[in-house]
Amino acid sequence: MFSDTPFLRGIHRLAVLLAGYVVLLITAGGLVKSLEAGLSVPDWPLSYGMLNPPRWWEIETVRAEHGHRLIAGTVLLLTLWLATWIIRREPRKWVRGIAVAALAAVLAQAALGGITVLFFLPTAISVSHAGLAQLFLCLLVVLAVVTSRRWVSGEGARNPAAPVGRVVPLATTTTVVIYLQILLGAVMRHTGAGLAIPDFPLAFGGLIPPRIDFAIGIHFAHRMGALVVATLIFWTLGRVMRLASQERVAVTPAWLLALMVLVQGTLGGLVVLTGKAVLPNTLHVGGGALLLALSLVLTLMTRRLDWIARQAGTEAETEAAGILSPEQAVS
Amino acid sequence: MKKNSFLMVFALIAAVLAIGCGGGGEQAAAPAQQADSAPAATPGPAVTGGGTVVGSVRYVNGDPDAAIGMDADPVCASLHPGEVHTEKVVTDDDGNLANVLVYVKSGLEGKSFPVPATAHVLDQMGCQYRPHISGVQVGQKLVIRNSDPTLHNVHARPSANKEFNQGQPFQGMELEHTFDQAEVMVPFKCDVHPWMSSYMAVLDHPFFGVSDEQGGFGIENLPAGSYVLEAWHEEFGTQTAEVTVVDGEPAQVSFDFSPDAVAPAG
Repeated sequence: MFSDTPFLRGIHRLAVLLAGYVVLLITAGGLVKSLEAGLSVPDWPLSYGMLNPPRWWEIETVRAEHGHRLIAGTVLLLTLWLATWIIRREPRKWVRGIAVAALAAVLAQAALGGITVLFFLPTAISVSHAGLAQLFLCLLVVLAVVTSRRWVSGEGARNPAAPVGRVVPLATTTTVVIYLQILLGAVMRHTGAGLAIPDFPLAFGGLIPPRIDFAIGIHFAHRMGALVVATLIFWTLGRVMRLASQERVAVTPAWLLALMVLVQGTLGGLVVLTGKAVLPNTLHVGGGALLLALSLVLTLMTRRLDWIARQAGTEAETEAAGILSPEQAVS
Repeated sequence: MKKNSFLMVFALIAAVLAIGCGGGGEQAAAPAQQADSAPAATPGPAVTGGGTVVGSVRYVNGDPDAAIGMDADPVCASLHPGEVHTEKVVTDDDGNLANVLVYVKSGLEGKSFPVPATAHVLDQMGCQYRPHISGVQVGQKLVIRNSDPTLHNVHARPSANKEFNQGQPFQGMELEHTFDQAEVMVPFKCDVHPWMSSYMAVLDHPFFGVSDEQGGFGIENLPAGSYVLEAWHEEFGTQTAEVTVVDGEPAQVSFDFSPDAVAPAG
C-alpha cells in the first residue's frame, strides 16, 4: 500500500495536461503526413534557418510542419518541467524512473524527427518516429495515472469480492495489440499503402484481396488488425461490466474505448472512401493514440485494484494465522 | 509545487511562441549572381560543325492540361489572376506537344565534350518552375533562383546523383549546384507547393533539345554519324528513333505520343 505516498496535485495535473497535449502533437504529426508536408521545411532544428519562417501560418504545408515542431518544442519543455518536478518531489523511485524515461523518450523522439527530415523521410526512421511517439504517450499516461489521487490513496475496489483481476490479462492484451495495430498503420502510411485496397469495407469487391503484394498485404493486415482490436475492446467491455461493474475507474475507460473504436473504424473507412482526405486521415491518427491511452488507463487501474485486493488478502491471511506484521510487532 | 505552476507553464509556452514569431527578419537574400539562362530548347553546345537534327513531337488526344489550385498559398494564388495549368501535357490546336526532352541516347560513346561556361538557371516564378523541362551537362553550373515573394524549398530527387533539399525563404535568393553523374531525368519538387514540379536531364554531352509550344525541337552541331535519339515525356514515357547525320545537312525526326500512333519516323 502507498497510504504514506502524498498526492501531488500539481504533478498529476501537469502529467494529465501533457498527455493530452501529446495526443494533439501526434494528431499534428498525422496532419503533416496527410498533407505530405514532412519536407516542406527542409532544415532542422531551425526552420529555413530561423525560429519561425516568414508567413509560415499562411502556407498550408509549412503551417503543418512548422506547427508540429512548435507543439513538439513545447512538449519537450513541459516534459523537462514534469520530470524535474517529479525527481524533486516524488518519493517513489520507480515513478522517478518513468519520468526520466519520458524525458529520454522525448529527446530521442526529437532526434528522430530531425533525422527523418534531414535524410528525406526514410521509411524506417519515419515509422520509428511514429512508434516512439506512442510509447512516449504511454509513459505520460502511466505518470498521469500513478500520480492520481485514486492511485496513491490505496483505495481498493468498491466491491472487494469482485474478481477485477480477471480483467487484467485481457486489458493488457488489448493495449499491446492496439500498439501493434498502430505500428502496422504507421508502416502502411509511410509506405504509401493507404489506398492499396481502394474499396471499403470489402477488399477489391471480396472479403479477401485476390492477390497480395507488400502494399496490399500491409493494408489488409491493418484492416484485420482493426477487427481484432474491436473484438478485444468489446470483449474487455463485456468482462468489465460482468466482473467490475461497480468500479468507475474501469467502467468509464472501457465504455470510452468501445465508443472510440467505433469512431476510429468509421474514420478508417472514410480514409479509403475519400481517397485519403486530409481530415479523416489526420483524425484517424489521433484516434489511434486516444485508443491506446484509454486502454492503458484501463489496464493500469484494473491492475491496481487487483494488486490492492491481493495485498488485502495477504494481510487477512496473515492476521488469521496470528502472525504479527513488523508494524504490529513494534507497536 | 505552488498552485500557480500551471500559469508559469503557459507563460513559458507563450514566451517560446513569441520569441519564435519574431525570428527571421535578419536573414538577407543571397546576393544575386550573374547567370545566363540557357534556353531549354537550345542548350548552346560549344561544339561546332556537324549537322543538325530538327523535328517535331505530337500528341493528338484532346485531353486538356489539368488546372492547378494554388489556394494553399495565398501569395501564389495572387500571382495568377487566370487559370494555371500543370504544364504536364501542353499541346496546341494541331496536337503539337511541348515539354518533351529529345536527346542523343547512344552513338557518342567514347567522346567527350566541353562543359558550357554559362550557368543553367532554374527559376521559381509564379510558384512554378521555369523551365518545366530542361537539361544540363555533367559539371555545368546550375543556378536555382527564387523569383517569388514567397518561400520555396528546392527538392531534387535524382537516382544517380546526390539528393538535396534546400530552403529559399526570400525572394531573390539563389543557390548553385552541379551534378556529377549523367541521368535522365532528375525530378525537382517543392514540398511547400505540391503542384510544383520540374524535370532536368543531366547529360555528358550537349546534344539535346526540348520541344517548344509548336512541338518543334532542334539539336545542333551533332557530329556526322548514326545515333539513337530518345524522346522523354513525363506522362507518356519514352520513344526512340534512329537518325543518321551528315555534315552540313539537317536530319528530320518526328515523334508521336498519340494513343493510336505508329512507331516514330526517323
